[in-house]
Amino acid sequence: MRQVILPRVHTVAAWRREARALAAEGVPAEDVIWSVGEAPRDLFAGASGGGGRTGALPRTPEYLAREEGAGDRLRVSRKALDSIESALCHSDPERFGRGYRLVLRLSAGAVTWGDRADRDVRAVLEHAMAIGRDIHKMHAFVRFREVPADGPRRAFAAWFEPEHNCVERGTPFFAKRFGDMDWVIATPSVTARFEGGRLSFEETVSQQRPPEDATEDLWRTYYASIFNPARVMVKAMCAEMPKKYWKNLPEAELIPGLVRDAEARVREMAETAPASMPDRRTESLRETTRALLAEAEPQDALGRLNRQIGACARCGICAQATGAVPGEGPADAALMAVGEQPGDREDLAGRPFVGPAGQVFDREAQAAGLDRAAVYVTNAVKGFKFAPRGKRRIHQRPDAGEVAHCRWWLDLERQLVRPKLILGMGATAAEALTGSGRDIGRRRGRIEEASDGTPVLLTVHPSYLLRLPDRARAEAETERFRGDLAAAARIADSLA
Amino acid sequence: MVKRTLSEKLSILSDAAKYDASCASSGGERRDSRDGKGLGSAGGSGICHAYAPDGRCISLLKILMTNFCIYDCAYCINRASSRVERARFSVEEVVSLTVEFYRRNYIEGLFLSSGIIRSPDDTMADMVRIARTLREQEGFRGYIHLKTIPSASQELLDEAGRWADRLSINIEMPTEQSLSRFAPEKSAKGIRKSMADVRLRREASREGPTFRGKRPAKFAPAGQSTQVIVGADGADDRTILTQSSSLYASYGLSRVYYSAFSPIPDPAKALPLKAPPLVREHRLYQADWLLRFYGFGVEEIGGRSGMLDLEIDPKTAWALEHRERFPVDVNRASREDLLRVPGFGTKTVGRILAARRRGLVRYEHLKAMGAVLKNAKPFIIAGGWSPRGMLEAEALRARFAPQPEQMALF
Repeated sequence: MRQVILPRVHTVAAWRREARALAAEGVPAEDVIWSVGEAPRDLFAGASGGGGRTGALPRTPEYLAREEGAGDRLRVSRKALDSIESALCHSDPERFGRGYRLVLRLSAGAVTWGDRADRDVRAVLEHAMAIGRDIHKMHAFVRFREVPADGPRRAFAAWFEPEHNCVERGTPFFAKRFGDMDWVIATPSVTARFEGGRLSFEETVSQQRPPEDATEDLWRTYYASIFNPARVMVKAMCAEMPKKYWKNLPEAELIPGLVRDAEARVREMAETAPASMPDRRTESLRETTRALLAEAEPQDALGRLNRQIGACARCGICAQATGAVPGEGPADAALMAVGEQPGDREDLAGRPFVGPAGQVFDREAQAAGLDRAAVYVTNAVKGFKFAPRGKRRIHQRPDAGEVAHCRWWLDLERQLVRPKLILGMGATAAEALTGSGRDIGRRRGRIEEASDGTPVLLTVHPSYLLRLPDRARAEAETERFRGDLAAAARIADSLA
Repeated sequence: MVKRTLSEKLSILSDAAKYDASCASSGGERRDSRDGKGLGSAGGSGICHAYAPDGRCISLLKILMTNFCIYDCAYCINRASSRVERARFSVEEVVSLTVEFYRRNYIEGLFLSSGIIRSPDDTMADMVRIARTLREQEGFRGYIHLKTIPSASQELLDEAGRWADRLSINIEMPTEQSLSRFAPEKSAKGIRKSMADVRLRREASREGPTFRGKRPAKFAPAGQSTQVIVGADGADDRTILTQSSSLYASYGLSRVYYSAFSPIPDPAKALPLKAPPLVREHRLYQADWLLRFYGFGVEEIGGRSGMLDLEIDPKTAWALEHRERFPVDVNRASREDLLRVPGFGTKTVGRILAARRRGLVRYEHLKAMGAVLKNAKPFIIAGGWSPRGMLEAEALRARFAPQPEQMALF
């Protein structure tokens, strides 16, 4: 029987060293008795005699050599080792033995890591989780108090009582977070010290708490004020902030009083109501605010129209989307291009033809010699109709009713811009402009008439080109689209 | 006006901020101060440093810069016509409170909101100045959440996103009509436009995808969120969730918070006198999770009435309504079907799928995988387990609903 005594500080590192050495010697797990600090009184430990070790391990050259070589034989995944080492912080007296046993078994392939049906694996995972929780609570509930500093760095100290000895695993977090100050976190067993950017650990000597800090009063003020007495849920609070931590939390002393007075405070709120200002005063306040926030009325007719479009609620589309997307371009454009409806990008930007289909339009317009800046671009339907799916919006085609509603706006837009030619792209635009959206394939490239007689040249919607899976076909269709744009440019020029 | 002490201001301006539910401080850009030149760290999972007796976590210093406000939103304690006590912090006061609280490990950072004074731009400019001072002057690397002010200028939004981890703007009401009724100065379109602006800026700041997925955004790295008040208007749960799913899809929100309308001192007359049950808020969060992580659609939640069952969680309620889709065989079913089993979370489902590759998953393994068998039992088949008649039992609902309370006898 071997006895291994681990130090109170740097326990885990020492365990790892010892476990390697023992494994190298081929010592089975059941032959080792582990303890921390001082030797336990164990009858069998002494009785087995022979190879039993007590106290610190001998650091002879051959021992260290064995230790080096042992690393090759013990093969444990990093993930497993991390959990095992974390579980070593647990207060369970069996932890070191179990850890050693599991390392041997994992290394020999007798068990797979992660197999929760195995008792050792499950215990280690559960303990590691408990340690994770303990560390998390430590990160949350340590409360520093400012103490006099020697140098230019401010100094803080805290007293904390974790459930397990998780100080060494839990404090590197504080070193990252409070890099520009010196601090000490003392717990009943181990103390972490961060000075001048170096983190060190030592056995705790004094069980004394640091003196009170004036900022704690402000913190208590905050704690009391942020509490909403209308919803008392003490159980929920205690589940997350168990009472065992309260004695080291400056705010916890307020809890009984807050809970006791909550009901009375809510009653008082209800009784003292209503204490609003008189209606006349309120109305005048609102008046002032309205005046302050009022936007200037646009000077031009198109601007006024777009503002009306923005306020339209004739169908539900714009209430679900960001808002209506107005047309864009010169108010006296000879050519007006009409698409179906704004897409995701257009809706976000509040501008037409800026998404993928708009980019196709821009590209092909340029290739066709059509001056994009001289075109007034707009859509048959001004809002983006979509179905939400997770983090995406799936485009939905507007129905006939929605197209009819929005046609009102399109007609007004046409009357103001008075284009010589309208380029209708896709079925929806065709429907809004000519009354029928059928057979675009056959009608494209032809000139038809809008209700007021304005010539309308029909073509496909640029998004159609993006949807064609066959490359050759897509190229041919793009070619035809470009041809339509060139024709539109030519005709608009000749009519202007 | 009498000069208030810092403590008085803190009391007034944190009291005024408590109706905002958000306290998230997780995600975003990873930062720390190991170099010794600054203070704070962020980017991991958030930490709740304390809990108030209302069961809510305290993770951030949640305050208003001022509770003076020119808006008159009926549900808000700080509306122009309310006779609440008013106060205003200076930039230095907010900065110093944040840093001193942070150094003592009370908080993860600052959540700054404000009433609207003078104009939206003036207010936003002051808030941005606070964030900038914290970052540039104090070297603060903790978490900053700024509430953006509707219709503030584009330049101010640009700067806000540079200093803050998260930006948010509250949509407040489930429908546009309710908003214009309760908050006449606010515009739903303006609010949605702000969200669209934030999304576009976040995407623009990513600088293209890498081989290992998307780069984190530099603009508001922890994303944006919003809050909706529940129970102040007549909207049902489905209306609320429909709005949420549309917001998630449209603006890539990290969270929609649901805040059960809380009767506030000095309530305006437009509001109901009674608060909705807090459990409604809880059910909405559960349903929200089902929408985002469990593949449910809005139309599937809330049954015929459009309201969530207050007695039973929405997933169990759905399962009870769709018994024909159960029992689900844990050894054969698809991920989608497993996610619909009450008592199975996303992690449990992941573990089941992994364990299936090693061998038969037995009933007794499920607990170690994180399943809540009390809930899952009637709905699954596993190695060594079949629910037999449990699923058809008339009394199945009673297993999940709270016990009816017996009336007292006279």
